Amino acid sequence: MTEQTETLADVEHLLQITERLKNFLGEEAIEEVKVHNGEVTVTVRRENLLEALQHLRDEEKFEMLVDATAVDYLPLRGEPRFEVVYHLLSLTHRLRLRVKVRVRSDDAWVPTACHIYPSANPYEREIWDMFGIKVEGHPNLKRILTYDEFPGHPLRKDFPLFWQPGQPLEKPEKPFEEW
Amino acid sequence: MATVEREQAVMTINMGPQHPSTHGVLRLILTLEGETVIDAEPVIGYLHTAIEKEAEHKTYHKVITLNDRLDYVSGMTNNFAYCLAVEKLLGIEPPLRGQYLRVIVSELQRIASHLVFLGTTALEIGIMSAFFYCFREREKILDLFEMLCGARLTYSYIIVGGVRYDLPDGWVEKCREFLREFPKAWRELDELISKNPIWLNRTKGIGILKKEDAIAWGVTGPSLRASGVAWDLRKTMPYSSYDHFDFEIVTAEEGDTYARYWVRMLEMLESLKIVRQALDNLPTGPVLADHPWATPPPKNLLDKDMEALIRHFLFYSRGYPVPPGEAYAAVESARGEVGFYIVSDGSEKPYRMHMRAPSFIHVHALPVVAKGHLIADLVAILASFDPVMGEVDR
Repeated sequence: MTEQTETLADVEHLLQITERLKNFLGEEAIEEVKVHNGEVTVTVRRENLLEALQHLRDEEKFEMLVDATAVDYLPLRGEPRFEVVYHLLSLTHRLRLRVKVRVRSDDAWVPTACHIYPSANPYEREIWDMFGIKVEGHPNLKRILTYDEFPGHPLRKDFPLFWQPGQPLEKPEKPFEEW
Repeated sequence: MATVEREQAVMTINMGPQHPSTHGVLRLILTLEGETVIDAEPVIGYLHTAIEKEAEHKTYHKVITLNDRLDYVSGMTNNFAYCLAVEKLLGIEPPLRGQYLRVIVSELQRIASHLVFLGTTALEIGIMSAFFYCFREREKILDLFEMLCGARLTYSYIIVGGVRYDLPDGWVEKCREFLREFPKAWRELDELISKNPIWLNRTKGIGILKKEDAIAWGVTGPSLRASGVAWDLRKTMPYSSYDHFDFEIVTAEEGDTYARYWVRMLEMLESLKIVRQALDNLPTGPVLADHPWATPPPKNLLDKDMEALIRHFLFYSRGYPVPPGEAYAAVESARGEVGFYIVSDGSEKPYRMHMRAPSFIHVHALPVVAKGHLIADLVAILASFDPVMGEVDR
């Protein structure tokens, strides 16, 4: 019971923060605010991402970028295909906030957040490596987990689960039921 | 003239991935001036196993067995974070006894993991004997785990809805014996290492990580607390009844290699305290929540109840659907914040699973700390962050 009321108070606090973010950036900069399972997600436009992160770090005390990753929504809903997800943590207020940016596959890039949160550096390299989303302005945008000659981006949904080096990438994915 | 030029020359040297002191397959490209490190660039990926991709093709229950292979030194906490995330999506809360057992195993795991840290760090600095003392104690914890779930490294003991088995007979006594014996071994290690002049020379004032840098780089866990930030998810964002226990957040102000060592030493004692309290107040009742489809039916029903048998087969073959949505859940592991971000599309397999690995960040924060130190100190600094390459490369 106490846990539940605590989560509600947290959600209330986070919604106030997103409201202030909306006032700061303008109504049209924020595409969606979603509350789900006691977690608050703000989807911002790509143009406003850096402003939003800067505001959240400096004004709302989200000091730490805990995690950044991407999700490929191609089979679920098509374009905009990718979502780049940033998990922010506030040590002062003990809150977590999720910031998202939607990215189309024909225009797949996000601006770098390295100068705001240094910890974005390896995460953004991982996003480039795994999803092929370019990070504009990144100081060292190289592949991080796979090797430099690796073709394709393995965590995209159209990348096959079984792939041998040298095998053409167009080959249709073997369905899961076959093995 | 030529010698002077050579002395000032900047050298680029490759360290690893097959280097005995890089904790696995970490490769560092070092820029050196003489023996001083000017820059260190970590190159990772030598242990990449694409577990995040593989998880998209396995049912939620089977993914548990992948998770403990990520951070193989503390598998319990990985399972723990993953299960918390799936439970968040399903809306399950494990019964109190299950929660307490989760706390007990993850605290024992923390001690075991810190012992590995201590042993390997001491080995790298040159104290060979500490390694054997640490692994002797760790062995006792692994024996306890083996008694509990039959596995010594990749447990998969914590599952969605609680834990897999209740405590076997005699486990509590054995665990209490360990709790009684361990402080003695701890003092032994303390006497062996903490005041050893070589150890002090090699660790004090070496590799200072400033508070601001630690926060900006997203460093978590003991390494963050050694820099003077009292941040411990068990206390600041309690999960799984951690708020029932009385323990301290161990911090140190210096932020050097010694502080990171000392914080871990004291954390072992705090973990002992938690385990002791959990054993004293262990509630009775089931260890696994009874969810209509997301938990396996009780084993004793299988030969009596047809429905239970059907549920059993469906659970293990088809898996269970999880409501669409996304969840992030994090726990304080031995290394820092282990988080799982799971996106569900309503099917039996995770649509996307991402692991937030503390070592991934610690390895990349290394250049900030290592600059200006000797190459021999780099080994000590790297060891003090205790990275596990399994979770760095995933």
